[in-house]
Amino acid sequence: MYGRGILKGLGVTIKHFIDTYIDDLRYGLNKYSKFEDNFTQRQSHEARGAFTIQYPDEKMAMPERFRFTPFLVVNDDDHPDAPGQDWCTSCGICAKVCPPQCIWIVRGQDPVTKRPIPEPEAFYIDIDICMNCGFCAEFCPFDAIKMDHDYEMASYDRTTTHIHDKNRLQKPFTYWRSIAPQITVEEAEARGGWEHVDVIKAKEKAAKEAAKKAAAAEPAKPATADVIPTGEQAAQGESLKTDTVDSAANVAALNRAEASTPDTPASDPDAEKAARLAKREAALARKHAKKEGGES
Amino acid sequence: MVDQIAPEQTHTIDEAIAVLKQRFPNVVSDDSRPGYQGVVIEKNRLVEVATYIRDQLGFDYLSSATAVDYHGLEGSTDHLEMVYHSYRISGGSALVFKAQTEREQAEIPSLIDVWPGADFQEREAWDLYGIRFPGHPNLRRILLWEGFGGHPMRKDWKEPYYEQEHKPFESRWPAGYVFRAEEKNAYGHNVQYPADFDLSRLKDTSDEDVYNSMGLGVDVQSLGGDDISTDRLVVNMGPHHPSTHGVFRMVMTLNGETIDQLEPVMGYLHRNHEQIGERNTYIQNIPFTDRLDYLSSMGNNHGYVLTIEQLLAKGARYQPPTYRAEVIRVLMVELQRIVSHLWSVGFLLNDLGAFFTPMLYANNEREKILDFFEATAGSRLMCNYMRFGGVFKDVPERIYGVANYVNDRVRDVDTMEFLTAMINERLPRFLDEYEHYLLDNEIIKTRCIGVGVIPADMAIAYSCAGPLLRASGVPYDVRRAEPYSIYPELDFDIPTGENGDIYDRMVVRLKEMRESLRILRQILPRLESTKGESIYAGRRDYNVRAPLGESYARVENSKGELGFYVVSAGDPKGTQNPWRYHIRAPSFINLTALGPMSKGHKVADVVTILGSIDIVLGETDR
Amino acid sequence: MALTTQKELDLRQIHDTEFPLPDEIQGTLAVTSLSRIYNWSRRSSMWPLLFGLACCAIEMIGMASSRFDFSRFGMEVMRASPRQSDLIIVSGTVTKKMVVPIVRIYNQMPEPKYILAMGACASGGGPFKEGYNVVSGIDKYLPVDVYVPGCPPTPQSLLYGLIALQKKIDGQSIANADDVPWYGAGPSEPTPIPILGPDIIDPRQMDIIRRQAEYAAQGKPYGVRELPPPMEIKKKVSAKAAALAAATVAAAPEPLDENRLKRRMEALERRRAFATKNPEV
Repeated sequence: MYGRGILKGLGVTIKHFIDTYIDDLRYGLNKYSKFEDNFTQRQSHEARGAFTIQYPDEKMAMPERFRFTPFLVVNDDDHPDAPGQDWCTSCGICAKVCPPQCIWIVRGQDPVTKRPIPEPEAFYIDIDICMNCGFCAEFCPFDAIKMDHDYEMASYDRTTTHIHDKNRLQKPFTYWRSIAPQITVEEAEARGGWEHVDVIKAKEKAAKEAAKKAAAAEPAKPATADVIPTGEQAAQGESLKTDTVDSAANVAALNRAEASTPDTPASDPDAEKAARLAKREAALARKHAKKEGGES
Repeated sequence: MVDQIAPEQTHTIDEAIAVLKQRFPNVVSDDSRPGYQGVVIEKNRLVEVATYIRDQLGFDYLSSATAVDYHGLEGSTDHLEMVYHSYRISGGSALVFKAQTEREQAEIPSLIDVWPGADFQEREAWDLYGIRFPGHPNLRRILLWEGFGGHPMRKDWKEPYYEQEHKPFESRWPAGYVFRAEEKNAYGHNVQYPADFDLSRLKDTSDEDVYNSMGLGVDVQSLGGDDISTDRLVVNMGPHHPSTHGVFRMVMTLNGETIDQLEPVMGYLHRNHEQIGERNTYIQNIPFTDRLDYLSSMGNNHGYVLTIEQLLAKGARYQPPTYRAEVIRVLMVELQRIVSHLWSVGFLLNDLGAFFTPMLYANNEREKILDFFEATAGSRLMCNYMRFGGVFKDVPERIYGVANYVNDRVRDVDTMEFLTAMINERLPRFLDEYEHYLLDNEIIKTRCIGVGVIPADMAIAYSCAGPLLRASGVPYDVRRAEPYSIYPELDFDIPTGENGDIYDRMVVRLKEMRESLRILRQILPRLESTKGESIYAGRRDYNVRAPLGESYARVENSKGELGFYVVSAGDPKGTQNPWRYHIRAPSFINLTALGPMSKGHKVADVVTILGSIDIVLGETDR
Repeated sequence: MALTTQKELDLRQIHDTEFPLPDEIQGTLAVTSLSRIYNWSRRSSMWPLLFGLACCAIEMIGMASSRFDFSRFGMEVMRASPRQSDLIIVSGTVTKKMVVPIVRIYNQMPEPKYILAMGACASGGGPFKEGYNVVSGIDKYLPVDVYVPGCPPTPQSLLYGLIALQKKIDGQSIANADDVPWYGAGPSEPTPIPILGPDIIDPRQMDIIRRQAEYAAQGKPYGVRELPPPMEIKKKVSAKAAALAAATVAAAPEPLDENRLKRRMEALERRRAFATKNPEV
């Protein structure tokens, strides 16, 4: 019969239409409210009919691996030790691997010895060239450059805003942890701790030295369970490996500086950790509140 | 066509080469460069030898023809070279043959009479390398416009924003003072003009040449007796046209409403992929391949990665990808095939006038699969997922979003549950529904059956590939013809059509989606059983060094046979950048057949014929 | 009418526009409100051109289809003809061959018209910028209203860009012809269409090209790259650091560099001390 195919097609369309509303009826007025299970259901394989995301009102959360533009990880502002410290050591691997070559790095230089130091003097990413491929994040040995989830970047002028400088790129570690909780855990396990890999290495080295020293000193001084490595040993460990400040004058200066610092009182590491975590949580909550306040 | 197997076709490649050398002494010689394969043919007798290869040796399918410039390579003569890869349509590996010419007044006889499919590829070689092909009837530039200054793929031609021969550029690190390339160009634009450029004689001739090549303005013809005489009417479709699937242009001459002649004009999205590819290091090309056929980036990744792995395998320290990596690759590629075919069928219906509804339904399913890609590879469209020796990351446990300051709505699904439900329930159900209301539809039948027919022998001669070739009844699928990855152990059929018309192509695509689902159903248990195994062989290295030689690998992508030809030349310790990086793009070569297919049809049918070829401009123009 | 009462004064402040109203009707006209109504109707029925260039076009279609559905913003009518559209979403790489039709299409669009550059390629050349056939940003030829970065921008990102465009329209005033050229007196000039010569020629650049040609005739370098002076890095100096630097320069007991070294060492030491303090975290 002529026209049957067309009727069939119309039938499918009506079915689709009804499906959408049956799906809606399940939740009634709660469909677009804050209940997250219905969002999951609508966006999963179980959804029937249309499953529109009401974008500015409800924003779909991105999976951890989602990549948009890169950003640089820095220590949190409330980091007890080195707040705002770059994780980037300006090794240049990201700039070398970047396919469209959109990363510019000015390597930090020691002003006296003119030797490179592990901190970028300047860091630029031209997001008008960046192709969001994620190679920089994948090959960074220090977990210092990561792909952001913030896709809301439209602007009215590109000449002033589209070359991101270091200031614009830096985001605290807490932020990175908040957008990729699982990946950060995996990375921390690979590194051996939550800190920057250099810090961890220096720590391990220091601990080893301390153990050695303790072993050597054991006959003379027994029962010193809590040996806290002094700054000097740590300095030896780090100045050899990571920070390239190895001219004699520098080392001497460093030692002088170390000698003048008073010994830090030993404290319970667990309590300190808990305190720091609480501090971070509080900071996160503050930021969140601030953000929400700013939006509304 | 398929069953006419000449006795010589049973030769292996080595035997075929031996036969060739015996038959044409002093004309055919082995390519003795390390890492190279095939034979070099003396260019003056190329047509004769090629005809012999096609007719007597049975290599009836010209897969790829491309040029290489060996200018400035240490230890090599300064010459241009055409490289041809020919295959038997019954399967097997390639007979590679080459013809060399000097760089000044470069000329190589055209093979368009032997394989009409060489048409566009020779025009591309003329456009980008400046090799003339005597015997080619229509040797004009194809990707750039007439009058463009120079042949840009030659090694001594530098682009306006030229910075350095190879990446990484030294200006980026350690003293990476940021600049925009515009600031370093005299004009502030991405332009340069040749030294003898005279502004007063400037004339934009790019369009006239197209019309002249079609013989316009002289052809007054009579219609239906003595009293009516008409001039032919020229109609331009595109580059901005809703049904050209991008920026593609067709110049048609019409007799009434019937098409006399159709000339595809392309290059509106020519993004210099191959030249950028030669500046890039090997690994930097992976995200660029995403942007070729941007509807099936996983397939593009796979093709490129296979090519480089083939090249790396010539070296000593090569480690093949692990089994789990292969499983994940096939999973991704087959899902991507479904994505691409959904899109293609949806848009074909769009072209038929079913404005948007079928495409929206198809797109709904597509979005579901894209969610999985996004959770696994990090991006919906540009997956950048495969690496040499494995894949980027393992399939995640769960597909979920993380609420943060920006995004608040969370979805959370178990990956295996999602995949199982998609593959076993949702997609088959959707295909049932889709077929239910498409295949019987009168409008589709009337407008598709018998339109845009291309017979099997013609499809092979024109080097068509993919669903276009299979709809003509040729069961040629690279996954079976020259198996790669773990396809030999998987059970699937190659759907073919009978008539080679639009309807058959649509049906072939729908059936291929079913076959993909069948493959995926076999993949799921493998994915389960290999859980926890390594997804990467060897050490992850951003600085891959490839041994010298050439490599051509191809995969069956959703649009057809996607091939990559990579030459590694230069440093004997291993090269970081390809010397030549060429893409055998199925969309580009399939378009060769568009003109002959459309002849005699109405204007409205051209839209559908083009839709049934399913081109993607990123790949066509590269 | 003399402004005598306080009420009229307020009215004048409320309806203060840049539009040159005669003094006697100042304060009685509500130009701003009209702008608002006008803007509201314009931004709520924006008809984009059905125009896809490259990869981004796929995401644009993704945004147009039911999952993200930009018809919620009154934009569902994508017109294939430039004559019927207000907005052109430049979705993908603009090549030199393609910029000619794009400029033509733009000229054919009736005013008011807007351009949204979608993705890195349309904004500034993108990953293909170095290519010989790629225009490094559509804004070299046409005035862009909103840039949406990303490669490709996700549908949500593009929707954000469209909302940004709506906000921009909201802020426009029909009284201000500098801001919105099409409300000025007289016809607006079409953008000159580029010419495809040995390379693409922007007719607006004829002078500079001609000058370069004259240089060439005199044997001076022609069309070659003239490198600008190296760009200065703009260092962000906090107030504290600036004060410190000033103090150092004033006192000059030691060079600034040493001071910096000292601070670096302190930071280093803090890091180290922290590391030793917390053997495991």
